Amino acid sequence: MRLGPGLGLTFVALLLGGCIDTASAGHSEVIVNINHSRFEPEAFEFEQGDVVTFVVRNADPIDHEFILGDEAVQDLHEKGAHPSHGDLPGEVSVAADSTATTTYEFTEPGKLIIGCHLPAHYDYGMKAQVRIDP
Amino acid sequence: MRVLKVVPAIVVVMVVGAGPVLACGGLVAPNGSVNLTKTTTLAAYVDGVEHYVTAFEFTGAGGGKFGSIVPLPDVPTDVTRAGRWTLQRLVEEVRPPEPFGASEEAFRSSSDDSAEVLMTTRVSALDIVILRGGGDEVGRWAKDNGFFLPPDAPETLDFYAERSPIFMAVRFNLARAQDRDLQSGEGIPVHLTIPTDSPWVPLRILALGRQADEVVEADVFLLNESQPELMPSTEAPGSSQGLILERSEEASELLLTDLAGDRGMEWLPTEDMWLDYIRISTPASELDHDLAIGFDGTVPSPVDAGFALASTTVPAEPPPLWVWIVAGLAGVLILVATDRIMASKR
Repeated sequence: MRLGPGLGLTFVALLLGGCIDTASAGHSEVIVNINHSRFEPEAFEFEQGDVVTFVVRNADPIDHEFILGDEAVQDLHEKGAHPSHGDLPGEVSVAADSTATTTYEFTEPGKLIIGCHLPAHYDYGMKAQVRIDP
Repeated sequence: MRVLKVVPAIVVVMVVGAGPVLACGGLVAPNGSVNLTKTTTLAAYVDGVEHYVTAFEFTGAGGGKFGSIVPLPDVPTDVTRAGRWTLQRLVEEVRPPEPFGASEEAFRSSSDDSAEVLMTTRVSALDIVILRGGGDEVGRWAKDNGFFLPPDAPETLDFYAERSPIFMAVRFNLARAQDRDLQSGEGIPVHLTIPTDSPWVPLRILALGRQADEVVEADVFLLNESQPELMPSTEAPGSSQGLILERSEEASELLLTDLAGDRGMEWLPTEDMWLDYIRISTPASELDHDLAIGFDGTVPSPVDAGFALASTTVPAEPPPLWVWIVAGLAGVLILVATDRIMASKR
């Protein structure tokens, strides 16, 4: 497993004020900002096997959530009525003006999505793309 | 006080197909949906004071809670109940009144403050709070007080707070509505007296919580002592989309006399007024601006129209000297490298 996400993520994250901590081998930390109901950055690249702790900072005065998963996971949450998240890896609720963390291991290559499924948020465009390279 | 020759009066009538309720501005329900159905607003500018009259329509006592947040150009000095027929009379000037939709929605009140509360008052069954704060502060206050803000609310509140950090939050008090035997569809007009130099009309707030392709329908009436300049520009009468200037003409003395005869409307001149009727029909995604008005030939302010942020109207400072030095050195290095590569190939 390589240390930390790929160069693209590094570039985008630095541009948008995020940072990546690769101090501990195999386990990186990525800061995700939420502002105006948008994830920043909106695209991520990781390597298969990466273990990433997402530090999600919600700067909005409204609640949001961070749901990492494939299309099926997003559909499930879009139709579901989970009041809050935090028990599953890659899923966490982030209250207004607060920070929450969740850790996820990328075991398979492919594409995933980060979304918020509070009413109307996903349709509004509150989603980010995640690419996992072999 | 500066005496202005222009007296604009604006009436906004929002008609949304989906549900009940009314109010000017974003009206949000617990499920996140916007339940704006009909908004009627009159803004008149006399001697540097904007008289802002808007009606909030009661939609029944079936449950739920609703609130409306209205951006204001400045701090009001007074909030009272408005006259009985002013808004209706203006609407009737251009078309017959439409029946209000009925619903079983209800309202409730609460109070708390994370933004600065400048004024609290009651008008009939309405609880009204005037707030001062940035977008985050007002959003936090709204959230703490039971308003369910849609996902575009943070950006929209910031959009307005950049120009004027003044907002009006309004909710029906269900208990008082029942005590007053308020009937569904019955509107409560509110009159705000706002000393200001920039009497812009909030339009973008009407798109709050809507899908991008959802069409916002509204009627805007202007009354001025002379024909005003508007920003953005309007479409020709009969156009199907945009801000359509359906009428632009001298207001009849009959209309003005009717309006001035209403309670609290004595400030309105009864002659020599110019009437504009603007019909708004535009997708929510395109309603990303407000309506600015120029008086006496003055070009309306792009800032008042929401096309430019107040903080960005000052031209940006040129880059510091060291940026130019670094850029120049980089250019020299590239030239040198290119020259060496070419030389090696030769």
